[in-house]
Amino acid sequence: MLSLLVATAVALIRVRGLLASIMLTSVYGLLSASFFVIMDAVDVAFTEAAVGAGVSPLLLLLTVAIVGRKEAAPAQGRRAAMPILLVTVTGALLIIGTLDMPPFGAADAPVHQHVAPYYLEQSGGEIGIPNVVTSVLASYRAYDTLGEVLVIFTAGVAVILALAPPGQRGSFRLDDSSATPFVPNTIVQVVSKLLIPFMLLFACYVQFHGEYGPGGGFQAGVIFASGIILYGLLYGLPTVCRAIPPPVVEVLAAVGVLIYGLTGVLSLLGGSSFLDYGVFADDPVTAQHIGIVCIELGVGITVAAVIITIYYAFARQQERGRS
Amino acid sequence: MDVFSYFNYWVVIALMMLGFYIVIARGNLVKKLIGLNIFQTSVFILYISAGKVSGGAAPILADGIALYSNPLPHVLILTAIVVGIATTSVGLALVVRIHAAYGSVEEDEILEQDAPC
Repeated sequence: MLSLLVATAVALIRVRGLLASIMLTSVYGLLSASFFVIMDAVDVAFTEAAVGAGVSPLLLLLTVAIVGRKEAAPAQGRRAAMPILLVTVTGALLIIGTLDMPPFGAADAPVHQHVAPYYLEQSGGEIGIPNVVTSVLASYRAYDTLGEVLVIFTAGVAVILALAPPGQRGSFRLDDSSATPFVPNTIVQVVSKLLIPFMLLFACYVQFHGEYGPGGGFQAGVIFASGIILYGLLYGLPTVCRAIPPPVVEVLAAVGVLIYGLTGVLSLLGGSSFLDYGVFADDPVTAQHIGIVCIELGVGITVAAVIITIYYAFARQQERGRS
Repeated sequence: MDVFSYFNYWVVIALMMLGFYIVIARGNLVKKLIGLNIFQTSVFILYISAGKVSGGAAPILADGIALYSNPLPHVLILTAIVVGIATTSVGLALVVRIHAAYGSVEEDEILEQDAPC
């Protein structure tokens, strides 16, 4: 599996032309997702399959549709030798470094000594949900997750700012007169139309079943967003904008962060520390459940809304480029 | 010493260096971002490999399983992937703006236009 990954990366270097590179990126994402399954990281594999194989190549494709797919020939001669030398030296030094690392899969490696045993042994009793990854993400390390949700939100805002046309106020509106007529592809449309409801339903399942099986807000958000993006790709930007207006999505992105933050503030008001769910119910395990469901919901809403917003921003840029 | 026990780490380094090479050797800004993506994934693989315990199961508690893989790296990488796509899209948005301003996404041509002469 890993050898396949390396082969894809080598092909990525050799291939000229951005379209082919993007297809290889998608393959690469799918391969690394499969690798994560082998490594027992099912939650990570979920995310990587949706992001690495789906959303990320799609955004690259939209960018390439705007900037053109040509790629200049790489530099030859002495200028080409310098990076190779640099990369080889760095790689060799890093390989020497690995010789001091614990053998792969060893149960007594330092990484398994610190807090991980505590999480594995205590989370079942303290949090009461089987998926340890969700326990750690949404309860023990909820501060970190709040920070990450804020980073995602900020990135969404940054994309909107970077791609907004000069002089725009408020959210964008698509004026139908300027939009190029959309050419439908009937077969793909009919087939995918059947798929989209199931994708959205599956996203909800991943969202609310995340405590018991692999899943959670991050994965659900990405899957939900890819369902919407698929709809947009097949039926054109105006159609999807009518179904889900961009201003609503932008507000939802903020609402998700607010739900997360308010959960923390509510626990403060209840006389406990920030994001300590103990105050939500008398039974500590029930309280943990309430807290985790709330913040996973916040995470899911933000992630889905931000990714849809980013898609809208790129797709509209492409639409304007065409007309 | 078992050579194969380091295979994962070496693959990580190989991938990291391939991504690094794309970033510094290719002039196309979109290609550079793809290289950065590979670099990033190699770090993910490093963390996930470190979290694996031989014979362990996925960290979802169930009866009859005594040994689990380490959940902590999974949490870190799970969020890192989603943050990664968000920041990549900021990079892509900047590429689109650079294209609008310079009419090119090749590093050489952009630097040429910036040259003060």
